Amino acid sequence: MTALQDPPPTAAGARDADPSVAAAAATDAILRDTLHGSRRGVVVDSPPGAGKSTLVVRAARELAAAGRPLMIVAQTNAQVDDLVLRLAEKDPELPVGRLHSSEPGAFDPALAELPAVRTSAKIADLAGLDVVVSTAAKWAYTKVEEPWRHAIVDEAYQMRSDALLSVAGLFERALFVGDPGQLDPFSVVGAEQWAGLTYDPSASAVSTLLAHNPDLPQHRLPVSWRLPASAAPLVSAAFYPYTPFRSGTGPGERRLAFGVPGDGSGVDRVLDEAAESGWGLLELPARRTPRTDPEAVRAVALVVRRLLDRGGAASGEHAPEPTPLTAARIAVGTAHRDQAAAVRAALAELGVSDVTVDTANRLQGREFDVTVVLHPLSGRPDATAFHLETGRLCVLASRHRHACIVVCRAGVADLLDEHPSTEPVSLGVTVKFPDGWEANHAVLAHLQEHRVGWRP
Amino acid sequence: MSLIETLARMEAVAAGRARPRCTVRHRHLSESPLVLVPLTTAGEAGAPLGALVGTDREKPALLAVPQPRNRDLRFAFLAELAETVLPYVDGFADAVEWEERKETDPETGKKVPVQVELCADAPQLIVPSAAGVEYVRLLGRSMRFRRTAEQDPEAPHPAPPHVPLLGRWLTHFGERARVPGASLLLPMTGLLARHWATGQSVLEDQHLGALLAWIDPPPGRSGQEAAEFAESARDADGQLRCPPAGPATDPAFDNRLLAPATARYDAGLPGAEEELRALLEGQLRPTWDAVWRGIDLLRALPEGARVADRWKRDRWSYTAHRDRVRAGEPPQPRRDDAVTAAQKLAARETAQAQLDAQEALDDPLVMAGRRLAGEAFEGTVTAVEMAMSEGKRPMPRPLVTLRTADGPLLSGGVKLYRPLADGRTQPAEFVAYAPDEPDVLVVRLTGGMGRGRTPEPGSVPEPADPVCWTLFEHAPRGGPELPDSEDIPWTHGGPPSATSDTPPETADPVTAEDFL
Amino acid sequence: MNVFRDSRAVATGPEAGQALPSSSLRQRLSELRGPGVRPRSLDARALAALAANPGCRRRALLDGAGVDKGALAGALGSPAAYGQSQFAFVRGNAFEARVKADGGAELLRLVRERLDPESPPPEPEGPGAAAAPDLSAAGPEGRAARTALALREATAAGGWTLLDHPMLAVDVAGSPAYVEPDAVVVHPDGSWTVVEIKSFPMIDGSADAAKVGAAARQAAVYVLALEPVAAHAAAHTGRTVRVRDRVLLVCPKDFSNLPTAAAVDVRKQLSTTRRQLGRLTRVEEIAAALPEGTTFDLRMADDGKTPTRPAQELAAAVEAVGAAYAPECLAACELAFHCRKQARREGAVEALGRGVRGELGGLHTIEEVLAAARPGGRAGDGGGDPTGPDDPAVLALRRAAALRAEALAAAAVPQAPAEEPPVPRATAEEPGVPHPRAEEA
Repeated sequence: MTALQDPPPTAAGARDADPSVAAAAATDAILRDTLHGSRRGVVVDSPPGAGKSTLVVRAARELAAAGRPLMIVAQTNAQVDDLVLRLAEKDPELPVGRLHSSEPGAFDPALAELPAVRTSAKIADLAGLDVVVSTAAKWAYTKVEEPWRHAIVDEAYQMRSDALLSVAGLFERALFVGDPGQLDPFSVVGAEQWAGLTYDPSASAVSTLLAHNPDLPQHRLPVSWRLPASAAPLVSAAFYPYTPFRSGTGPGERRLAFGVPGDGSGVDRVLDEAAESGWGLLELPARRTPRTDPEAVRAVALVVRRLLDRGGAASGEHAPEPTPLTAARIAVGTAHRDQAAAVRAALAELGVSDVTVDTANRLQGREFDVTVVLHPLSGRPDATAFHLETGRLCVLASRHRHACIVVCRAGVADLLDEHPSTEPVSLGVTVKFPDGWEANHAVLAHLQEHRVGWRP
Repeated sequence: MSLIETLARMEAVAAGRARPRCTVRHRHLSESPLVLVPLTTAGEAGAPLGALVGTDREKPALLAVPQPRNRDLRFAFLAELAETVLPYVDGFADAVEWEERKETDPETGKKVPVQVELCADAPQLIVPSAAGVEYVRLLGRSMRFRRTAEQDPEAPHPAPPHVPLLGRWLTHFGERARVPGASLLLPMTGLLARHWATGQSVLEDQHLGALLAWIDPPPGRSGQEAAEFAESARDADGQLRCPPAGPATDPAFDNRLLAPATARYDAGLPGAEEELRALLEGQLRPTWDAVWRGIDLLRALPEGARVADRWKRDRWSYTAHRDRVRAGEPPQPRRDDAVTAAQKLAARETAQAQLDAQEALDDPLVMAGRRLAGEAFEGTVTAVEMAMSEGKRPMPRPLVTLRTADGPLLSGGVKLYRPLADGRTQPAEFVAYAPDEPDVLVVRLTGGMGRGRTPEPGSVPEPADPVCWTLFEHAPRGGPELPDSEDIPWTHGGPPSATSDTPPETADPVTAEDFL
Repeated sequence: MNVFRDSRAVATGPEAGQALPSSSLRQRLSELRGPGVRPRSLDARALAALAANPGCRRRALLDGAGVDKGALAGALGSPAAYGQSQFAFVRGNAFEARVKADGGAELLRLVRERLDPESPPPEPEGPGAAAAPDLSAAGPEGRAARTALALREATAAGGWTLLDHPMLAVDVAGSPAYVEPDAVVVHPDGSWTVVEIKSFPMIDGSADAAKVGAAARQAAVYVLALEPVAAHAAAHTGRTVRVRDRVLLVCPKDFSNLPTAAAVDVRKQLSTTRRQLGRLTRVEEIAAALPEGTTFDLRMADDGKTPTRPAQELAAAVEAVGAAYAPECLAACELAFHCRKQARREGAVEALGRGVRGELGGLHTIEEVLAAARPGGRAGDGGGDPTGPDDPAVLALRRAAALRAEALAAAAVPQAPAEEPPVPRATAEEPGVPHPRAEEA
């Protein structure tokens, strides 16, 4: 229905309530279903910065405390190490096993320092521990006599259905947690012949799970503690149109200010705009460029340089006193690795180090005070499926606590409008929302309100 | 499209003919492939109209359906196709080699070596284009569930003998063709486009006539002129001078020539069937000849060193299907179950990675593309420093310094691979760029030097040696084991019996007016 | 089926609620077609061309003005290769007739089963039987008005109604273009469903995804065209009227002629098409930029099919508005062969595919690219762009050219392979043995 379509539910009703109350209620319901529910699975959608890791750590500890040992499945070694560190930080006594591959350097050496954490490449060495954590890839090669009674599957939306198939026999029931808005799993070979099947091996683990178990309890964490009040509504509307969330902080609660006044240049003006509004678009003149557009790369580097030079300071709900904005609190996000390398080189030329520069893929799950983004479509002759992927833009636009500055060449709106709309449609495949094309338009329209020209 | 391929296409535009994309042939070509050029009836799924088929380029068998709406004539066509194709396919079944394979002993549960048969060679089907591959799949699907009178005396409209069996084989070829690098069933357009860059787009390369025109233009004509002629030149009657490579026919052919001829056949006019057959042969023969011309062009390229390795996998695939047919197993199901789908996907991803690696190792021109993309680098060794690993049993871990102009994007600890002269792969890891010299880098060898404290002779490069390291593995391995189909977990619908009592695959329902 | 049965669409009174085209624009568009030439409808092919290349100004202008691009291409000497086989036509019509037989009983069963199982099925006869109103009227406007009335009545009546080939108007660049869905079904709850009947098969529940995509885009236009009608019907009947955003696609099942159907969610296609049709208003701006007196009139001879206008004159008129040619146009736009010829003559890099531009930066022609790739060569100046020797695109091109030349020189690939006799099959080596470079030479 289109003429009189139901508007997507807004968070207006919840707006009045205290965000912590809403978030706590959601967490309680999740834990109740996980610990006492009768269903074999519980699914939790978590938008950016909504406390997914906190939830996983808490659920693991409560299951362990209830005498129910569990396995945790994460997708990358970095995610596994991070979870183990978080578990140990919350509960240094909790016996945790880190199952790893037999390759040298398979896990973070910091784990070796933790007294209650045992690491091994063999599952037998970890028998009897309350919690055993590993990657899906390692679990897939693991054989056990008795399946675990409980499991937590983290980043379940980034896990492929076939990966879940190879580990699901290891547990009886599981809590699936993930962010549906981030980058989807993919396959390097065609998988069209299975499109529309409930167990399409190239689909995400959650879509298979829910297709076969449609009545599993589904929850969602309703509050982003990371995104400021200036960003949550946009990110929610553009990327989570049917599952809105809100910011944990109100307008004006997060502040970014500079000690040094601006010099009137485009770069300084976009910094001021971003400090004021949470968003800034530094627009370079329209031009078709190669991926590593030297002008745009230099503009990104200059923005970072000025962020540091102008004595940026951030304050917010946890630190009412302004905290200096250091290089460690800034990240640059790009679509391609060669762009990241070019930005790193440009930053080095300007004498900046210690700023994280990476692609959307590698920034997933990370958090900074200010992010500078080289727009994936900047200077491109055409939009491609890669550049339009919703998850890519969502990751780039949702890493910041204070402000996000986008550097882009003019003309992207036209580029989007000129993008052919000849997508094939497979019968039986649930249409994924939002569409990258539409989400890009939504973000761009918003950024236009915070546009600053490269040259005044 | 990669930049190096873009450049090759532009060179082709400037040269007026296609330019090489490869220096060797990356697909197995059988000494006696079976060429199949099918035509289909417009508007109906899997209603064959005609075909040229055979292994002798001078004597193709012409199969024709004078009235596509007549089920009996269609079945006659399929029976004839089975009589032509099945003897060829079966012809490879009995010449076998013995291979050792590890299998689980049912009594002890241990892996024990067993001797198994591997067919010494396998059939190879070549069709004109990707649409032809799709059509083989469609024919396979339409035939494999048919019932012959022998299988089911009650079956309405029983299929001729061998038709279901041909359906199973075509289905097998069609599925195998989805595996990257597999060569049991190949489209000529795909083969040619893999080895030559034309001065037109990938889309236009799907036209066999245009593609050949670029690769081997007639004397005195540029590739572009010849390709445009092949695409659209028509005679005075409005008929294409270069008929489409099928399976779809040109509407002008259907409307002006085929429809009147069919009407004459329906009216029972004498000679109408011969006229129809001649018409179809006229449409098919140019494509038949084009496919063989393509085979000649490809045979002129030397075969890549690792092609035989991949063909061996095709032989395994053929042997396994032969065994399934011999064991009386039912036809392939309509849809894969969860485990089969996951297994196929994993196998194809592995095959893709292997193909990409092997093509690069076999072909410096392909490797050049990987180098440009930063996935490999070639350089000259400037220094080698001996070093040992730490631990109880120190092993050699020499540090190799090299100079390269390739500019790979590397970070510390990245794994690297190098082909050794004996075919093995030597692992290494990236250590660092030389200070202030981004084109000089240091690599630590981590294996491939034998078991002793001193590296085996020749296993460590020496100064002035040219070396090529890749960031990709050379023999990537497959994914983990998946559960048995009987043990599909609850997340994927549970074991088959739990979801539904699916009956074995039944024949497609046949109605009296199936074919309008 | 996507056959448009009445191409005599006339731009007269626009539907209420739609923007009035400025009379000067209408006048201008009429001049572009030529005196007395009726505008073409927005048929499936025009929609396909729009989807394949929404950024092409030439296409936008010609489709916006309703110029017959097929005839134009023919007159330009680069005819399009489209046509329909009579076998496909006969089979398609027979299938559609079968689907709609018995007052559409089977079709309504499929609609209910796939989209609305909660509603009671229609009775075989009597007051609960499905209605199938007669929609015939004179001219497309008449048929559209008749359709709107029938929809209103059916909605008020509250049962099942099948509208066979209704006529709908959709606003294109300010003028109504007429479109004709295969069927629209009114449900007892007052909701409407667009039905597309196609002759490609659904085999084991799946169908050619490219064809389903095209059907979905076509259906989205029908849904858009129904929306204003629905608003009127709601106002008249006081009922809630909704146009469903899941359409029903009906196809032959497997290898039979039995119908089967699937619901297709067209929300994405709706949002894209809505925005694209909205942008067609650019036609006014494109038309305004044309030189005085530009027209695409073919000046047909009295037989109505032989153009008398010199091809050169026509070519100049077409040249007056820029095209954004890409090889995808070949399958979607009647003018594509002409535009390709032009793109090739200019050496435009797009002639090799849209994808090649990604790494070429400001280099626009093949000549510029090849020049930039030559060591020490000069990059084309691309209008003062910084495509100097330090430009990353130029650096990458030089590197690519050098690597390619090095590999080819080492291998000495035969340049004219056909002139050499076929070499015997290489002796099979042990698998895994790398081919030493020397042997490849």
